[in-house]
Amino acid sequence: MKRREFVYKGIQAGILTTASLTFGNIPNLLASTPQKYDLVAIKGGEPGSMFDKAMKSLGGMNAFVKKGDRVVVKPNIGWDVIPERAANTNPVLVKRIVEHCIESGASEVYVFDHTCDDWKRCYSNSGIERAVKEAGGKIVPGNSERYYQEVVVEKGKRLKESKVHELILECDVFINVPVLKSHSSADLTISMKNLMGIVWDRRFWHSNDLHQCIADFTSYRKPDLNVVDAYNIMMKNGPRGVSQSDVYMMKSQIISTDIVAADAAAAKLFGKEPENIEHIKMASDMNLGEIDLSKLNINRIIL
Amino acid sequence: MANLKKIRVVISLIFFIPTSVLFLDFIGIIPLDLYDYILFLQFIPSAVEFIDAITLTSLGFLIILILVILFGRIYCSSICPIGTLQDIISNFSGRIKNHFFGWSKGLNWLRYTILIIAVFSIPFIGVFLIGLLDPFSNFGRIVTNLIRPLFILLNNLLALILESGNYYIIYPVDIKEISIAGIIFSVAIFLTLLLMSIKKGRLFCNTICPVGALLGLISRLSIFKIKINKDECDSCGMCETVCKAECINPDTKEIDFERCVICFNCIRDCPTTAINYYKESKEVNEKGNLFSKGRRKFIFDLYSLVGLLSGLSFAQVKIIPEKESTIVVNRLAAVTPPGSNNINHFTSTCTACHLCISVCPTQVLQPSILHYGLQGFLQPRMDYITNFCNYECVRCTEICPTGALEKLLPENKKLIQLGKSIFVKENCIVETEKKECGACSEHCPTKAVRMIPYENNLNIPEVKNEYCVGCGACEFACPTKPYKAIYIDGNPEHLKAEIPPDEIIEEEIDYKEEFPF
Repeated sequence: MKRREFVYKGIQAGILTTASLTFGNIPNLLASTPQKYDLVAIKGGEPGSMFDKAMKSLGGMNAFVKKGDRVVVKPNIGWDVIPERAANTNPVLVKRIVEHCIESGASEVYVFDHTCDDWKRCYSNSGIERAVKEAGGKIVPGNSERYYQEVVVEKGKRLKESKVHELILECDVFINVPVLKSHSSADLTISMKNLMGIVWDRRFWHSNDLHQCIADFTSYRKPDLNVVDAYNIMMKNGPRGVSQSDVYMMKSQIISTDIVAADAAAAKLFGKEPENIEHIKMASDMNLGEIDLSKLNINRIIL
Repeated sequence: MANLKKIRVVISLIFFIPTSVLFLDFIGIIPLDLYDYILFLQFIPSAVEFIDAITLTSLGFLIILILVILFGRIYCSSICPIGTLQDIISNFSGRIKNHFFGWSKGLNWLRYTILIIAVFSIPFIGVFLIGLLDPFSNFGRIVTNLIRPLFILLNNLLALILESGNYYIIYPVDIKEISIAGIIFSVAIFLTLLLMSIKKGRLFCNTICPVGALLGLISRLSIFKIKINKDECDSCGMCETVCKAECINPDTKEIDFERCVICFNCIRDCPTTAINYYKESKEVNEKGNLFSKGRRKFIFDLYSLVGLLSGLSFAQVKIIPEKESTIVVNRLAAVTPPGSNNINHFTSTCTACHLCISVCPTQVLQPSILHYGLQGFLQPRMDYITNFCNYECVRCTEICPTGALEKLLPENKKLIQLGKSIFVKENCIVETEKKECGACSEHCPTKAVRMIPYENNLNIPEVKNEYCVGCGACEFACPTKPYKAIYIDGNPEHLKAEIPPDEIIEEEIDYKEEFPF
């Protein structure tokens, strides 16, 4: 934050910035539909149309994104593979989400990931770069340490501090869009694991109890919305996958503001018990969300 | 005739600018199929490729030889990037402070000695010496190691400014590793060039450069030559002072054409029409002295070069971590880049021009120091501490001007094993911390590194080397310090990797089925 502010102020020196105050957030008095559901699970449709329907039952994107908001949409773009391999979030879904944000009046919609493979190839071959641009969002690099600012993870048991992408620190709304996959280290990768793409030093996590670090970091900044892409899911050889035969078409989507609930539901969808996924269990124990789906008001939509 | 110089300058820039851009292109916007066209006429790379395997793209040096027989040292005049770089330097220094060149006898014995040693060393040490002296490769190293980082810094500064205004049109580029050996060698060559070109014009080309020496010899046969017509000359001495090669003798009014880099400065500045570029006629054809004596002070420069070669063995500094792994990684062989087939082929054909290092998007290619032995000094190696090789990428194989890296299609590259993955259980987090990690398996593109059940419900890596391509993703991702728990040992001869067997999920899904919650 400091670095950007410094540069920003340097450039703006001499220019009156008071005008911008008048464009700040006006309290939204009108559209406050009460949120009926804790979680929406939908299946049987295409990624875009499922998202449309699911969001409608959550009161629309207007319930999350206000006029003038700066939004970060964080898909999984970790790997240099084509969309059919389902190692990255479905680009059609990402595009639809960005469109919803812009329709709700977002001033900027940023999309990035701290990729594992060469980031430019990931952005391009995942189809996400194009999808974001077509939808009117901004695809932003996450490849350089200079974007990441040191933060303190107060509730962290093992992870006490981490370097987080500055856009996460600056944005008004943070939408997490993981893809459901098998994972060689974390068992499954869903919403919480997807947050490893907004931090810099992942090696520290790996060498200091990965599951605990994943749970710890969830306590730092919970996304405002989690959209789990389970349209095509990688059943084995995750997170990168070896071939198309790792992929299973499930045509599903799970949306929730509760990151633990979203992951618990997605784990069930995958055929695993959330209690057996260590980081989901740890996050539940740290009271970061609800692991027991029977306690939630779930809207199940089958198209 | 007076326009010859202008034409020469234009041709020089036509070669110089695109060649520089290839080495400077850190974004990767130049299409890779242009590389062959732009570098087609570079003498040493083309000759090395020709000797290694005759291909259409390796015929460039033959064209140069024909051009030299026709017109003199055209390569030195306009095509050699180091030649043009020196011209640019002496032009700038001339603007700051007027400098006049003057006839010198030339260090013929020295340049022939260097040429002979370089050529006859090929059977013993491959193109090691040639590569260190080759003007094209030196240009590549200077641009890659010295100029390119400046462009990247400028880019990053610009990116920072734009980004603060919320523009993400350009992005910063991280320099992940700095090659000290590459920088020191490039600085030394660059300083030598700087000094020589300011004081003595094209001295480098006529003393050190083996290409200059060879083409000089051949230019004795040239059909077109620059000659002074003694009858027309009014002995003003102007030509001598503007001759970059210092090869015009004002007393005898003769041009040592062997050293002439046909820059046409003399023709442009001659107040009379005495100097001309024309077809050789028999009466003016005189044999030069093959072993004329040279000046001692230039020997210093040679010594400094030799000193550089012997004195370069720097250990690269690595970060020492808080919690240390214990088993030292003992890599038996350095990993050669894809397309190099085997280490001998690679080290004997690579001139270390660093073009592959420039086009590599991950920076996994880094100049070696003594990883391949002295013979492979500055040749690129796969540095898996810096990064790993992108599974789908074949950029380096597509642009190699010497054929040290053969062209590969992505589907073929994926079946080549550059090295084998070695797992050191004693260093592994799962073993030492009794916690899950799996970073290696996560990054592995073929799942040659898999996680298998281990004590206390944990999973530990297992390596199936038949599927390993040696990309180094596992080694790069491994978080243990200072020694990795998994690393790639190079295959001196690249082997074939197998495709992992496919198990297709055949379960049908009923989309009307209720959710499992």
